[in-house]
Amino acid sequence: MTRNVRILSLQAATLVAAGLMMSTVAAMTRATPAPAAAAVSIENFTFKNPVVTVKVGTTVTWTNADDIPHTVVSKTGLFKSKVLDTRDRFSFTFAKAGQFGYFCSLHPHMTGTVVVKA
Amino acid sequence: MLDDADDSRRNFLKCMAWAGTGALFAFNGGIGSSIGLDSAIAAPLRRVSAAPFTFVQVSDSHIGFNKAPNADARATFREAIAKVKALPDRPDFIIHTGDVSQLSRDDEFDDAEQIIGEAGLPVFFVPGEHDMLDPENGKAFLKRFGKHSRGDGWYSFDHRGVHFVALVNVADLKPGGMGNLGAEQLKWLRADLAGRSSSTPIVVFAHIPLWTVYADWGWGTDDAAQALKLLARFGSVTVLNGHIHQITQKVEGRIAFHTARSTAFPQPAPGTAPGPGPLKVPPEQLHNMLGITDATFVRGSERIALIDSTLA
Repeated sequence: MTRNVRILSLQAATLVAAGLMMSTVAAMTRATPAPAAAAVSIENFTFKNPVVTVKVGTTVTWTNADDIPHTVVSKTGLFKSKVLDTRDRFSFTFAKAGQFGYFCSLHPHMTGTVVVKA
Repeated sequence: MLDDADDSRRNFLKCMAWAGTGALFAFNGGIGSSIGLDSAIAAPLRRVSAAPFTFVQVSDSHIGFNKAPNADARATFREAIAKVKALPDRPDFIIHTGDVSQLSRDDEFDDAEQIIGEAGLPVFFVPGEHDMLDPENGKAFLKRFGKHSRGDGWYSFDHRGVHFVALVNVADLKPGGMGNLGAEQLKWLRADLAGRSSSTPIVVFAHIPLWTVYADWGWGTDDAAQALKLLARFGSVTVLNGHIHQITQKVEGRIAFHTARSTAFPQPAPGTAPGPGPLKVPPEQLHNMLGITDATFVRGSERIALIDSTLA
């Protein structure tokens, strides 16, 4: 009898714990819908992955890994970073679907495109 | 002339350990010649005609740069200017072909101005792309170094019969392109050259090369051909650029092109590295890689010698 009660209470505790975890996960999901992110590294005067394809709402972050400053400038004026010195970053969140070309305004032969899908 | 030529050749070979601080240009009867600073110090220019003059080109001082291979671009720029001051034939002026600063910061421009001022000579500047990084895209540079310029910083002046033209090819650059002069500047250049005799010697200076050195790295100027067309009728045209931190040269018709070395750090030869970033040479080699100039141009039967100098 004593033994059964102990097992039952253990089971109950496990259930409560599992329930708590599930509700916590549900709460997290509601609060921050899986943050979509993509990264583009700037290396050797190139955008390392010159074409990135992401979903609407994704934040793309560029990081300058060169010893020379660069910029990230939209061809249409949608976004424009400040000058990025070594290890500096710039992020932009793409709210609409489409193709978004950009370049480095210091070294304009450096170009890239973010393809945003609905 | 033959002796001069042989001397030039000897000096040229003597200075094969490249690297320099600036080029020294001499004009004798409208024929430009250039020798490196170390050579100039060793052997003052021969005065083969009346009223020759010299000027010095320095480039790409990148004040503020502090990474490999040069932890202190201010120090190497100061060494370059010390070389200019030590010249036995005092140059009439200095031209700086851009990338004065690394990030267009006020303290960088302050220090550049102070260091180059130590030469006690007039200085003529054009901006490089590193000088266009203030929030107003180059206004900070122009306010300080381009007071009498037009547009994004272009201007011209005459000196002892030679017409100097300062061009800007680092403003409003186009995606996928290289250097760019733009329609407004080209229109101004046409007007600036229009009334001049074709016998007037012309010196053009700008930051990015006005011919395509290496398109993959953007080392050229998209609309340079339109400028060169306007210059084609002149008997003597010398085009001086920086940007690529190494010496290159070319003669096309009567136009001689030359790029200067940096006073801050070397860059790789076209296509010899994954990108054009600083060449990370060992510290003991750095001073042999800084500065400019070099070589011997031949134009018709006249020779323009360009020999370079070193900070070593």
